[in-house]
Amino acid sequence: MTLTSAPRRSVPAVSRATGVRRDHGAWFLVLPALIPILVLSLGPLLYGIGLAFTDAQSGRSQATGFVGLLNFSDLFQDTLFWDSFRIGLVWAFGVTVPQFFLALGLALLLNLDLRLRWLARALAIIPWAMPEVVVGIMWRLVYHPDAGVLNETLRDLGLSGADGRDWLSGLATALPAVVLVGVWAGMPQTTVTLLAGLQNVPRELHEAAAMDGAGAWRRFRAVTWPALRPVALAVTALNFIWNFNSFALVFVLTDGGPGGRTRLPMLFAYEEAFRYGQFGYAATMGLAMVAVISVLLALYLVGRLKGDDER
Amino acid sequence: MSATEKPAGGRRAEAGRRTGRTGGARRTATRTGQYTALLAYLLFLAFPFLWLLSTAFKPPRELGSLHPTWIPKAPTLENFRLAFEQQPLLAAAGNSLLAAAVSALVAIALATPMAYVLARYRSRLSRAATGWVVVSQAFPLVLVIIPLFLILKGLHLVDSRTGLIMVYVVWSLPFALWMLTGYVRSVPPELEEAAAVDGAGRVRTLVSVTAPLLAPGIAATALFAFITAWNEFFFALVLLKTPEKQTLPVVLTHFIGTEGVADLGPLAAAALLATLPSLLLFAVIQRRITGGMLAGAVKS
Repeated sequence: MTLTSAPRRSVPAVSRATGVRRDHGAWFLVLPALIPILVLSLGPLLYGIGLAFTDAQSGRSQATGFVGLLNFSDLFQDTLFWDSFRIGLVWAFGVTVPQFFLALGLALLLNLDLRLRWLARALAIIPWAMPEVVVGIMWRLVYHPDAGVLNETLRDLGLSGADGRDWLSGLATALPAVVLVGVWAGMPQTTVTLLAGLQNVPRELHEAAAMDGAGAWRRFRAVTWPALRPVALAVTALNFIWNFNSFALVFVLTDGGPGGRTRLPMLFAYEEAFRYGQFGYAATMGLAMVAVISVLLALYLVGRLKGDDER
Repeated sequence: MSATEKPAGGRRAEAGRRTGRTGGARRTATRTGQYTALLAYLLFLAFPFLWLLSTAFKPPRELGSLHPTWIPKAPTLENFRLAFEQQPLLAAAGNSLLAAAVSALVAIALATPMAYVLARYRSRLSRAATGWVVVSQAFPLVLVIIPLFLILKGLHLVDSRTGLIMVYVVWSLPFALWMLTGYVRSVPPELEEAAAVDGAGRVRTLVSVTAPLLAPGIAATALFAFITAWNEFFFALVLLKTPEKQTLPVVLTHFIGTEGVADLGPLAAAALLATLPSLLLFAVIQRRITGGMLAGAVKS
């Protein structure tokens, strides 16, 4: 019955076909996953938001009390945290933007008929599959002042003296050094996503444009980019969130040093919660991070979507 | 040269012919530029990993040398022996294996039925689930780990493998749901309907029609969940205090800190070993993962 009346793949038609009995079955199928989600994900999230308004501390004998907005007013005056926040934004933008452009370049190259494509695809797996801790360790070896390859290469090129720099402990170099690692670590995933998006670009349009004598840049602007835009939008937004919330990489590389120059908000909040036991205050920091991310993302997405309409 | 080119290049060659000889020269220049760029990318992607390899096989004397070389002059396996001697790597790998395997299996068992419902019914629930998948990505882990820590402490599951596994299960559910929903959508409902018309019961339809078609997707999702849990660091760092229970990434960080130059060898060796399982499994599933992520994204 439904097979003839329903349009292809129409979901309402499927549920109509099997009726109410299936809906009970559906709940039965959903519950095994729903319960852990509610208990160990959604619940803790709400609990965490609640904690931001309390003076919860680790290992305290008195009961946790409600303190209203005290944590928030403390946070406002906590210049150390805002420094860390600023570093977090520099890190998140500094990683996300180059990550996107480098990945776009590589994806465009891989979309051409070049030899060695397989090698690039194989190499792209390495940063993606590696544990973040190993990525951190690996780059510590690269940056190592004595045994690192970076200083040795610079020496060979005559760009630095006999005693190399200590990249990760230098006040000026630490943040750029970890940003570079962030770009390296996230680039492959972005590349593969963009590459998949590129395969949706209609080839015929490209060829037609080429026949009409459109140059590479014009073809990119007029044919490739409009098709790639949604993927690019989603991937940059997600990358920004992930980067802003990242922890392990910088924890291993510098542990926030030197002098807090690379102390991302996540590292700061982690220390606050699990080194000093200030659970409530750390939760407030988490909320502040969420707020800033949400606002930035909303601005970004609204701006981008508007840009779409105007065209 | 143009004779050996693939079809796309051939078409481009036609376009080039129309613009004459200068077009051909420009095309060669473009190709050279493209290969140079690709080579630069390959170097950028590969060199840190090659350096890790190089360091892992260098004897201490070479590590301390003033001019470290790319290729070890006297390659040695000594660093691997030392790594196992200095830290309980085997036990840590066992812990990681247990946590990753159990959490991946449980997550898949829980997520597959729900993904089926999400893909087949367009309801408020599936919209809410999609919303949760997105939101759960946006929240910083601190905000989640503090309440989780308190909850697990109440259940006496802090510093316990069970507690960590529970966290990993919930943590891998969003992307497992996301990917599996995409895979279910790629199985046409008409197949199920046809089976139902032929008189197969609901369970039978799911088991003998849908499940076999989903199997590769389920396997890929399970392996991906395994890899992410194997690589995970933050939860393990916070939740496990007893050294005997700690997972590989946490134990690896014990190598770091006051390392002298000679200790870099064992550090590199251990890091290399910890990466191998992820790399191998990921190589197996890479294509499928990319496809699954996009399939989940296309029709949500």
